[in-house]
Amino acid sequence: MLYRENGQFKTSYAADQQIFPIAQDRWAILGILVFAFIGIPLLGDEYLMRAILIPFLILSLAALGVNILVGFCGQITLGAGAFMAVGAYAAYNFHIRIEGLPLLVSILLGGITSALVGIVFGIPSLRVRGLYLAVATLAAQFFTDWVFLRIPWFTNNASSGSVSVSNLQIMGWEIITPFDKYMFCLVWLTVFALLAKNMTRSAIGRQWMAIRDMDVAAEVIGIRPLFAKLSAFAVSSFFVGTAGALWGFIHLSSWEPAAFSVDRSFQLLFMVIIGGLGSIMGSFFGAAFIVTLPIALNQFLPAIGGLFGVTISTAGVSHAELIIFGSLIIFFLIKEPHGIARLWSTGKEKLRLWPFPH
Amino acid sequence: MGFFIETLIGGLMAGMLYSLVALGFVLIYKASGVFNFAQGAMLLFAALAMARFSAWIPEWLGIDSLWLANVIAFFIAGALMYLVAWLIERLVLRPLVNQEGATLLMATLGIAYVLEGLGTSIFGTAIYKIDVGMPKEPVLILEGIFEGGLLINKEDFVAALIAAVLVALLTLFFQKTVTGRALRAVADDHQAAQSIGIPLNHIWVIVWFVAGIVALVAGVIWGSKLGVQFSLATVALRGLPVVILGGLTSIPGAIIGGLIIGVGEKLSEVYLGPMIGGGIEIWFAYQLALVFLLFRPQGLFGEKIIDRV
Repeated sequence: MLYRENGQFKTSYAADQQIFPIAQDRWAILGILVFAFIGIPLLGDEYLMRAILIPFLILSLAALGVNILVGFCGQITLGAGAFMAVGAYAAYNFHIRIEGLPLLVSILLGGITSALVGIVFGIPSLRVRGLYLAVATLAAQFFTDWVFLRIPWFTNNASSGSVSVSNLQIMGWEIITPFDKYMFCLVWLTVFALLAKNMTRSAIGRQWMAIRDMDVAAEVIGIRPLFAKLSAFAVSSFFVGTAGALWGFIHLSSWEPAAFSVDRSFQLLFMVIIGGLGSIMGSFFGAAFIVTLPIALNQFLPAIGGLFGVTISTAGVSHAELIIFGSLIIFFLIKEPHGIARLWSTGKEKLRLWPFPH
Repeated sequence: MGFFIETLIGGLMAGMLYSLVALGFVLIYKASGVFNFAQGAMLLFAALAMARFSAWIPEWLGIDSLWLANVIAFFIAGALMYLVAWLIERLVLRPLVNQEGATLLMATLGIAYVLEGLGTSIFGTAIYKIDVGMPKEPVLILEGIFEGGLLINKEDFVAALIAAVLVALLTLFFQKTVTGRALRAVADDHQAAQSIGIPLNHIWVIVWFVAGIVALVAGVIWGSKLGVQFSLATVALRGLPVVILGGLTSIPGAIIGGLIIGVGEKLSEVYLGPMIGGGIEIWFAYQLALVFLLFRPQGLFGEKIIDRV
């Protein structure tokens, strides 16, 4: 009754091709944006921003990148953490080695470096497919882990092996408080999410999807697998790399290679699969789920234990967290193998027919 | 020359353990099409069970004999692995049948988390020893041929022997028993196997159980050498290059791939490592596998995939 496109006539091509063809969707998105830009800064406290919102925003960006590669181009990757690391360390090196380079430029250059590395590690995808490729991308992960741990040049000869950045500012706006950081990440994510959405709707996105659905058939109808696959690797690594730079610069501000370990890669792949492969919206759902779940478990497990008169030790909580996290993931995969994005679209379908579903 | 051969043998011994891990991967992949990331967690779980029960049983039952306690512990750990296999089939594989490879891969990561959490909360997180009475002292052999002889660990020899016996037993099982033949039939063609009345679900339980036993043996060997601790779970990541090098569907591939990776790792660490900084073992294996993959995309012995539109 409330949500349907009846009566919304399209009279121009532009209107027909817009991202959200249904007026109610446009209003909802506008509402979410207004809430994110104005509502949350007014309501949110610092802990909420630091512990949940900023990681959510940055990891959503990374999940978008992974989704472009895995969900849209069909190339499974287990090396996303590596590209985050490349982005972070490249941005760090540009930041400290070139005097007066603006912060935005450093982060973008970090992303571009990551894209170049992504192309190199994407080359095996031209020969190798599926699970073999997934394992091959692990090579990138372990290689970068080693490079940033063992080669001192990349960490500016830091003796402890960890690097840190300070005095971040953009045209006089100093990014210090969680509020500044939140706004910076939010603006960044909004711009890049729009970019990703448009890219997947355009010619290049259709090429990726053709390659994903059947690469031989795509080749027959004139899509170059070389270009399509490597461009997916480049764009994906760019997104993941800028997310890595943001993670290092904005969220952690002092980090070591362990921040981008293989666990991070698994975490990103979880986000994409639980959120929904091949869906921009799904990347956000997945990131929200994976970021909040451990925090929620951490908060509620002792409380639930207390309800039954059991005190759970800290070690016990962390073990129980592992078990519950693993089981919930399996549960989600069984209940909705296509991810939360599919639940969302079935929900919308139902809403369109409501209250007379026949 | 003596040193080179010692390194080579050390590599072969490490490679043998990788082969055992890879064997678990291949068995499960062939029979159920699942790329089992939980193999490392299964190994940890089995090794933890073995280590703890072999310490608990003398206390509970008052058995003095180390040998008897180990045998009982081995059987209990084996029974636990059967339970794990049964639960995995019931709760994870059956509902997820016919899903995409990536989804199943993620599900096995979920299994890995659950097993790691369960294993450490039941059996504790300390470093445990498995003492199966392996000889520890090194021996010198072939002193006549090489100057100073070759220094070999007896333990490694025993371990190699155990691994060889295990592979031989598996081969016998697959070739000569009815269940083994059923397993091979399922690995060849699911639908055809089902149409002649082989129960797929039951076969999956068995194959996960066999992989569990392989993990248990690998865990015992590894544990008696280096102790059982949480980091054992990351062994799976060391076994992955072996699997893709040998081919996901080939058992001989897993064994030969394991040996190649083991030797490559040790030689690179000893001869290449000092030049570019240490600790290159882990990524070198992956690069080695990648180079092989560029020439043979299905691994050394994997089935050739023919694409049709």
